Amino acid sequence: MSHHIVEARDLHFTYPDGTQVLRGITFRITHGESVAIVGANGAGKSTLLLHLNGYLRPVSGELRVGDSPLTRENLRMVRRAVGLVFQDPDDQLFMPTVFDDVAFGPLNLGLPPEEVTKKVEAALQVVGALHLKDRPPYRLSGGEKRAVAIATVLSMSPDILVMDEPTSNLDPRARRTLIELLKGFQHTKIIATHDLDMVMDLCRRTLVIREGRIIADGPTERIMRDGQLLASSNLEIPLGLRGCPVCGEGTG
Amino acid sequence: MGRIERHFQDIGYLDTLAGQDTAVHRLDPRAKLVTTLAFIATVVSFGKYEISSLIPFLFYPLYLLAAGNLPAGYVFRKVLLVSPFAVLVGIFNPLLDQEIHIRIGALALSGGWVSFVSILMRFTLTVGAAMTFVAVTGFNTVCMALERLGAPRFFAIQLLFLYRYLFVLVEEATAMVRARSLRVFNGRGMGLPAYGSLMGHLLLRTLDRAQRIHSAMWCRGFDGSVRVMRPLSFGRREFAFVLGWVAFFAVMRFFNLPSYLGSTLSEFMR
Repeated sequence: MSHHIVEARDLHFTYPDGTQVLRGITFRITHGESVAIVGANGAGKSTLLLHLNGYLRPVSGELRVGDSPLTRENLRMVRRAVGLVFQDPDDQLFMPTVFDDVAFGPLNLGLPPEEVTKKVEAALQVVGALHLKDRPPYRLSGGEKRAVAIATVLSMSPDILVMDEPTSNLDPRARRTLIELLKGFQHTKIIATHDLDMVMDLCRRTLVIREGRIIADGPTERIMRDGQLLASSNLEIPLGLRGCPVCGEGTG
Repeated sequence: MGRIERHFQDIGYLDTLAGQDTAVHRLDPRAKLVTTLAFIATVVSFGKYEISSLIPFLFYPLYLLAAGNLPAGYVFRKVLLVSPFAVLVGIFNPLLDQEIHIRIGALALSGGWVSFVSILMRFTLTVGAAMTFVAVTGFNTVCMALERLGAPRFFAIQLLFLYRYLFVLVEEATAMVRARSLRVFNGRGMGLPAYGSLMGHLLLRTLDRAQRIHSAMWCRGFDGSVRVMRPLSFGRREFAFVLGWVAFFAVMRFFNLPSYLGSTLSEFMR
């Protein structure tokens, strides 16, 4: 069974305090796709992401991962298949050392110790953070924390990577390194972000969310040129698509 | 930099020290924990007028200090930082207990002074030993050792998380205090109402963060118990370390070396 497919059918979600956040979200993301979810602050992006691995349950509607709907029984499998990288690495890195943190997931999956060590080292190697293995996470720089946060998820061998604002608070070099790293991944990727230039680099498809509904779903290229659509979601045309402000070349 | 910030960076420095690689650092943490507990128990068990027989016990913290390649000044400052507690505990002894206990020439020392000095000595020894122990072991490893030795798992995990998030909490608290101090003029805004709301916010932020951390843990298969891989091995070196030191403590407990040396020396002089 392939777990690489995520499908949402008319998801509705309301927080216990009455805030209605998702009002009918429908999409299907298939194997190996790289999809951006963009929208204004408070549009419901993060809430949607928390649905994708079953952390939040929709009030109505259905979420399917792989070929089956998400149920209590396959929750464990879905949690492994869908790796969620949080926006703030300080939330994600809670163990005393980087190694312990990356090993947390595999150990909970019940893997034998040698296997865990192998997976941890492989995951850290991929993100280029193997040398940080024994350091406490709170002593790392922002870029290092982000890399380790991604490794904590990779070590569980997910099929789908879900990321919330992966480039926020990174310096340009760290941001570029991260983008190159993500480009190399074969996983299905779902990225919620405001960094539209990164979207241009990484995602062929973009979903625009406004007030809990999808208002556009299509090729990134087309959506990023639609100034009106972007403006209606508090977004702007990415810098990469604008003309040079000095020489005027490429405008229009 | 604020005072709180500096103190916490100091605590972080303990981790750096614990990250060294010396023979004492490599010992199984359980061996060090048991020995240190035995040390503390022995030191505390002495009578309240003991001073001279406590002196040989300086060996243990000094040994950890030297063998663990720790900066003596740093450890000493840390001990000094908590010393007011010990001073407060003993400061009234000289007033309460004025019976003459020791005469050195013309100088007469009351029992109160002797017991005060004894309290300070015991304090320095125990806190010094605990500090050097953590500095050659690392707080996280101490927690793991506690758990392996049979302390309730829940307790060890709580300690571990407490320590981990101390830094995050302090960061948030310092950011808030800094933001406030930048908008305080002539002491206005420093009062209790602002302080109350500050603490309230800190609590709410902490709860928020706890919620997010829990979800992060949940996403990675957390089911109520935290599993940590830490291969510990209690070998011959560990046995030698524990037995050697405990034997030393036991001998020094029942045999007053300094006074014996003193009397032999005076015997010899005669």
